Parts: sequence; C-alpha cells; structure tokens
Amino acid sequence: MTPSNPRSDADFTVVGRPQGKVDGPAKAQGRARYTDDLVFPGMLHGKILRSPHPHARIVSIDTSGAEALEGVHAVVTGRDMPITYGVIPWTPDEYPLALDRVRYIGDGVAAVAAVDEDTANEALRLIQVEYEELPHYLDPHEALEATGEPDRPFIHAPRKEGWNGNVTKIVKLDFGDVDTGMADADVVIEDDYFFEGTTHAPIEPHCAIGLVETDGGPEGPGRVTVYSATQVPHYLHRELARVLELDPARVRVVQPPVGGAFGGKSEPFDLEFCVALLAMRTGRPVKILYTREEVFYSHRGRHPFHMRYKVGARSDGTLTAVEADTVLDGGAYASFGLVTTYYSGQLLTAPYHMPAYRFRSRRAYTNKPACGPKRGHGSVQPRFAFEVQLDRIAHALGLDPMELRRRNFMGKNTRTVNELRVTSNGFLECLDAVEAASDWRSRFRRLPFGRGLGVAGSCYISGTNYPVYPNEMPQSAIQLQLDRSGRVAIFSGASEIGQGTDSMVAYLAAEELGVPLEYVRVQSGDTDFTPVDLGAYSSRVTFMLGNACLDAARKLKAKVKEAVAAEWECRPSQVKLAGGQALFGPDTSRRMPIRQAFVLAEEMHGTLGSVGWYNTPKDIHGDYRGGTIGASPAYSFTAHVAEVEVDVDTGQVHVEKIWVAHDCGRALNPVLVEGQMEGSAYMGFGEALMEEQVFKGPDHGRSGLHDAPSLLDYRIPTSLDTPLLESHIVESIDPEGPYGAKEAGEGPLHPAIPAIANAIFDAVGVRMTRLPFSAPAVWRAIQKARDEGTLEKPAAPRVARAQAARARGARAEAGRAQSARAERGGGS
Amino acid sequence: MSVHFDVVRLRVNGDERAAGVPSHYTLLETLRYGLGLTGSKQGCDKGDCGACTVLLDGEPVLSCITPVHEAEGREVTTVEGLGRPDTPHPLQSAFDRFGAGQCGFCTPGILCSSAALLARDPDPGLDQVRDALSGNLCRCTGYTKIYDAVLHAARVQRGGGES
Repeated sequence: MTPSNPRSDADFTVVGRPQGKVDGPAKAQGRARYTDDLVFPGMLHGKILRSPHPHARIVSIDTSGAEALEGVHAVVTGRDMPITYGVIPWTPDEYPLALDRVRYIGDGVAAVAAVDEDTANEALRLIQVEYEELPHYLDPHEALEATGEPDRPFIHAPRKEGWNGNVTKIVKLDFGDVDTGMADADVVIEDDYFFEGTTHAPIEPHCAIGLVETDGGPEGPGRVTVYSATQVPHYLHRELARVLELDPARVRVVQPPVGGAFGGKSEPFDLEFCVALLAMRTGRPVKILYTREEVFYSHRGRHPFHMRYKVGARSDGTLTAVEADTVLDGGAYASFGLVTTYYSGQLLTAPYHMPAYRFRSRRAYTNKPACGPKRGHGSVQPRFAFEVQLDRIAHALGLDPMELRRRNFMGKNTRTVNELRVTSNGFLECLDAVEAASDWRSRFRRLPFGRGLGVAGSCYISGTNYPVYPNEMPQSAIQLQLDRSGRVAIFSGASEIGQGTDSMVAYLAAEELGVPLEYVRVQSGDTDFTPVDLGAYSSRVTFMLGNACLDAARKLKAKVKEAVAAEWECRPSQVKLAGGQALFGPDTSRRMPIRQAFVLAEEMHGTLGSVGWYNTPKDIHGDYRGGTIGASPAYSFTAHVAEVEVDVDTGQVHVEKIWVAHDCGRALNPVLVEGQMEGSAYMGFGEALMEEQVFKGPDHGRSGLHDAPSLLDYRIPTSLDTPLLESHIVESIDPEGPYGAKEAGEGPLHPAIPAIANAIFDAVGVRMTRLPFSAPAVWRAIQKARDEGTLEKPAAPRVARAQAARARGARAEAGRAQSARAERGGGS
Repeated sequence: MSVHFDVVRLRVNGDERAAGVPSHYTLLETLRYGLGLTGSKQGCDKGDCGACTVLLDGEPVLSCITPVHEAEGREVTTVEGLGRPDTPHPLQSAFDRFGAGQCGFCTPGILCSSAALLARDPDPGLDQVRDALSGNLCRCTGYTKIYDAVLHAARVQRGGGES
C-alpha cells in the first residue's frame, strides 16, 4: 500500500497513451447489460405509491383493495421496514417507505409486486391512504424560523431537546484573524449570491432487482441479492443488511453497468429496499424501474445555496480575508447534507492563499425532494460566488483577473488556511494554458460590446480522506490473479459508472505486468466476489483504486521477475516486463513471451494471486472539529476561460467556447481525462444557463409540485446548445497518486459557471449573481444597467492599459528613431 | 386487469420475428421486453432523450413513442444490427477509440442517429453532426468526443482512414 513513485514517461507502454476502454466495444455494440436489461425467471414488477402532499401525517393506509387484485403478489408499507437509514451514520432520518409522515411530494408510502407493470400500476390506484396535511416549507429561511408549534412545525423531530428540527447541521469555523484582515484591506467587496438547485439527470433511470435464494426458509441460510444501478454497492450492502435486519453475509449487491450517475446514485434509495423485501415476501425476483418523473423526485442533487460573501484585498490584489455565510436548502432528508454543509466552506481554501477565513453554513430541511451530492459536491456553489468576487476585486483594483489569480497562488507542498495538506499543484500551468489558448491578452476587455471573456479557477479533492463510517480498514482494494494462459484477471470492488474505472485498473495492470491490454479481464462491483471499495464518489477511485491495483500488481510482478531471473541466472532487477515479453534489461534481445514467464512463476510460486489495497495518510488535516472533512490525499486544479456573446435585446447568452485546463497529476489515458474535462464543463455550462430544479409555490397550482419533472421541461444541453469545449491537460505528477495521477471527474466542472458569469461582465458590464443566467434574468439585469447608465464595456485593467501605453510609447519611440535615422540619410 | 395481447411480426436486423405483446406496447417495449433486444434504451418514457432511437427503413425514429404496429412490415435496425462483433460498423469502432461513450446508455441511440446521417451524407461537417444528434441527449461527454468519432467514422467509410 505504499504510494507509487512516478517514473519517466518514456518507460510507459500503456499508461499515458490513448486507449479504448475494456467495456467500450460491448457498449458500442449494444451488448452491455444494464440493470433494466436483466430478466430473471418468474420476475415480478414492482411499483411505489408516492405522496401527493408536501407535508402530511399518515392517518391510515388500507392496502386490502390492492391485495385482492388478481396478479398482485405482495404489498408492503413503512410498517414493514420501520428502521431509519441514511448514508451518513450520524443522520439516519429516512425510512424506506414513510412510516407516519410524508415530507415531500413524491415520498414513498407503499410498494406492490405484481405480474406485470400494468397490474402493479392498477394496484397502486387501489391503495387508500388517509392524510392529515401539515404546514409545509419551500423556503429554507422560513424553515429555520420554525418553532415546533402546530402552525410552524418541525419537519423532523429535533435530534436533541431544544434543537430546531428543521436544521440538519450548522458549521461555524474561523481561521486566522478575519477582522484585522478586513481592516487591512484596500478594497472589500461584499454581496449576496444565489445558486439554484440542479439535478443529475443521468440518462438511465434508477433500477433495482431483488432476488432470494431461500434454501432453509427465510430464517435459514437463504440469501438476498440486489442488482442495482448504484454507485455505492458497499454502502448499499451495509444499509440493506441493517434495515432488513439480515446478516450482512446473507446480502449480496451486484452493480451492473450504470448509465450515468454523477452523484445521483450514491446512497440507498427506496426501490432497493422495496425490491429486496418484496422478493423476500414473494420468493420471486422483483424489479422496480423508476419513471423519469420518479428520478426527478428522488433527486439528491445540487443544493440551492443562499450565500453572502465578503472578501478583502490589498491594492496589489493579494487577499487579506474571506468571510462567508451560507444557507443550504436541503429538502426533506439529510442525505449527505452533513458533509455538504462542511464542504460549502472547507473546500474553498485552495488554490489561493487566504490569510484569514471565516464561514458559517446552515443546512435547513424543506418539504422538497432531498438534495445531496452532485458532481463537485458542496463546492461548486461557493466557487461560483467566490470566483465572481475575485473578478470584482480585480476590476475594482484595475488588475487583470488572470494576474490577480496568479498573485494569490498558494504554491505547492503547503497547507491551506484551514490546515489541509496540499502537495502537487499545477494551477499556474492551468492559467497559462487557458490564457494562451484563448488569446486572452489581446482579447480580454477588447472584444466589441456584447462579447466577452471570463476566467475562473478551482480545486477539488481526489477522494475523501475518511470513509462515511469511521473505520481503520482500507478504502479500496484489488484482487488480482494471473496464470499460465498469460491472462490477468482483476477483481475490483469499484463502481464503473462510465468514468472508466474498470479500464483504469486494466491499464495499470497491463503496464506493471507487461501483458497486452486485451489479456486483462476486469470483474467489478459484486459484493460477494470483489473486495470492498467505498464507491464512485468524491473523485476517489483513480487515486485510491489505482494505488491498490499497483500494490497488487507489484506483488505478482516481483514473483514473475524472480522466476525469470532464476531461469536466466541474473538478478530480478535486470528483468523487465513489457509489451507481452519478459526482457533482459542489459540486452533486450534476450527475451521470452510473457506467457512463458508466467509459467515459470507458477512453477516456482504455485498459483499466482495477490491482493492490494490503499488507505489514506492520517496527518494531512487540522486538529479541530470538522478538520477531517475536506481532507484529501491530493487535490486537482482547474482553470477555465469562457467566451460569450450576449444579446442585449433578448438577454440570451450564447457561450461560444470554453477552454478547460486541468491538473490531473498524470493522464493515465488522455482520451478519458479529456472526456471527463469536457463532460464536466458541459455540465457546468448547463447549470450556468439552463438548468433549474424548481417547485411550484402556493400561488402556482399545487405547492411543492416539481415544476418540470421531464427531460423536455428540465432543460439539459443538447448538441446544439453545448459550446465548443477545448481541453488542455496539465500534469503535475502527484507524489502519492498512481504514477502521479489525481482526479479528473469533478474538478473541471467548477470554474465553468463563474467563468461564464465573468465573461458576461466583460461583454456588457452586468454582474450576474443568481443562477441560472437565463434570458429573462439577464434581460432584466441589462434593463437595470441601462436605467442606471452602466450598460457598457467595462474599463480595461489599469495594468493592461499601462502595458498598452508602454507599448504605444515604445512604438512611437521606435518610429521617432526611424525618422531620425531617415533624416540622417541612413535607414536600416 | 384485462390486458389485450397482439401477435406482432417485425423484420428486425434482418430476421423475421414474432412476439405476443400487450396492444399498447411501443416498438421499444416490444424490442426490449418482447424480443430480448435490450440494446435500445429507455431513458425518459416519452420521446425526450433519444436513447431509444432505432432505424425504421433507414430513418431514425424514437421507438419509445412509436406504436409497435407502425413498425409492422418495415425494416427495423437496432444497435445490435449495425454491425457484428468481428465486423463492427465504423461508427462502433470509432466510438470506442475516441472515447465517445462513457456510461454508454445514450450510445445506442446516438449510433443509430449517426448511422442515418452517414447513410444520407457521407461527408458531413461538424454542423451537420451537431444537427443530426440534436435529438439525442448525452449527459456524460459534452458531445465533443462524439463529434470526433462520427467525423472519423465518416472518413473511414469514405475509405480515407483506418478504423
């Protein structure tokens, strides 16, 4: 489990080169089988009845009509699973089906299993639920004002006497001397920002299938298997065992290929408990497939953030202090919200040096679908506000915002103000890359009115340093075997959700063991047969699973080299494994096929298998309450430049192009890294301009009803909407990452939104502080600026003006010199 | 419940097939649940996402809003019929090579829309590709790698590049 030391690029035969994916051909030929593609003999179809009220007490449920319907095999309600769960063990506040209270329109109330989908839908209509409606909250500030009185009730029972039951978590942290920092500042910018909620919208709806093997009856040695489109098989395994009160050894979770997740499948959902229980009740396989509408109501997406930011800086642009106050609109349940509340402040402290920083974040419950982790969990919203603040400071001081960011760069091998350890850091190279690619110096503030460029930067974690439940066991592991056929088999606990984790471990194993890529097979995501990995979240997999894979592969590599060395009567260190061959280092004409090397190793050592694992270093964060949250073994860094065109008559913003530079440590496969960068920038673009997970208020029909629960009405970018995206990979070679690699899947989303906001300012001089930058919102801001007489191209930075003046002066000087030479009758 | 069942006959990927399905079944449901051809995906239930796109007499259609009876007597091509594992369609090879599929769930529909494009325009520009894919939502890639793959496959099909 020792982290790897990077090698020089020239040594690699697989890593760093464009490669296909191990699951690429199957997915391109329609052969990959996702959860809803699976059929089991006798399989029943399940459906979940959902609450029509945003907040109500359940008075009674009568399921007799549904039970009597021909073709219905089982009906279950909350009473059948009266144990709370939650992905964060400190905040278990959900039941698989509501027990006595529903907390949002869409909360699950009962579930049925029937011979087919039509019968299951008919059965839902026959279930009678009597509700007593309760006052509900759509606004988090109102929820925080609740008293617990009948007219202002708590959504959850307070966890402690005297607490507010509408508060998930309050975090207040204070680093350095903020008040002095503000007093020392030459400029202080303070404003309110609002980030609207958005959702993941993976193209595959959630789906799960429960199966039982009941040898010996329900109390005997039978087993329960759940196939699910999840990105956290291990956490699902734990919660299924706990809630269904099963021995964990009797529960198996299998994760087929997942059709997109983005954080939206990273905790247990009602359907997974329901298919397991319905299968246990009926003895038959049971499948539940969410409708697209149910996907929108299940949500767990980006929290709406109400933010107030105050940032001080000296006249040279260096920051003196940062202060933030944030209210998170959490929706009906905690989900990952405890972590989100910390992340809203903890992850802002790089890549810029902050001498002093103070934040307060409060997460409120409201009667809407629960919010949770979406790509860039908890840090995309504050990054928007903060990077716009930086742009305003640069403008106020007459500085180029690119230069302002450089001046505040924190450096590498350092600690943040909140004591997070930062090692590799390629942020300056990211700025350089987007500055050059976008031709920033000759175009910023110089494009015609209506067109503009904006820059923003960010950082993100490569995995959380600690698992969601405290334990000392490895975070990630690999089991590896090879044999006389020349094949390498990898058993990986990680969750392939399209990001390429199965391929990533295949690249590493092929590199280490010298086999061609097509000799590597990967089996992943089956809790019975693959080692525990905590899941595809927090951008942890490449870093952690990659190191686990190197650990396992190097153990076997040593055995193979030892066996070949014995055959050649040389030292093991003289044996190289590469390109399907074992080679004698000093004279590579001496070689044998890798298969023969494996035969020698199997003869010497017996059957060849190994395990490898990774756990995080433990001294890389501050020693204060919450100091572990935000800690990561490595951080990625990103910079974007966005180019926009704003139509002042309609408010329509057209994003022409986004240049994305990302420090991923080392690109194990540059094609996949670019894919993550472009996909992230796309998703950020969608949030900036188009996407809103919003709900009807009391004046607009049924209060709490989702405003747009379809892929037509919740607008995600099509090919025609999406700007051109240009990727620039920066490799800082992290000292602890596998071959130096860090994350690439979430970091590159962050700067897209503030870069677009800052580009709108460059275009028309209008500051957008609320998302999304829809045409009506931008039009209103333009009208206001017109009325105030500020609708114009912003002034160029003084530094740039000075440079330009110097350049003009130099040209004039040169011109004069030339004239003088001409007068002397010389010339050049 | 009394669901009416019909026997439908389809020509799918060159095979004559018959299936007994509920009368209200769409072409997508018939392919997936009646014939076991699960390559075509259901993403949205109502024609918004394009993951269900198949070719009907060579034209891309949204099979999730196409009543199965409309497909009777016509040639249906799904992702499974675009090529064979040993001789994949140039688009299928290009999609893997260029990283055009991540989760792969929208891929079957995008391949069908792209195949229809290349059939009618063997030398499309970027704008034509963007237009042709505007009915297929991809949530992973930002589309850039998909354009690369389609444009490359077009070159291969014209005989101008290795697959």
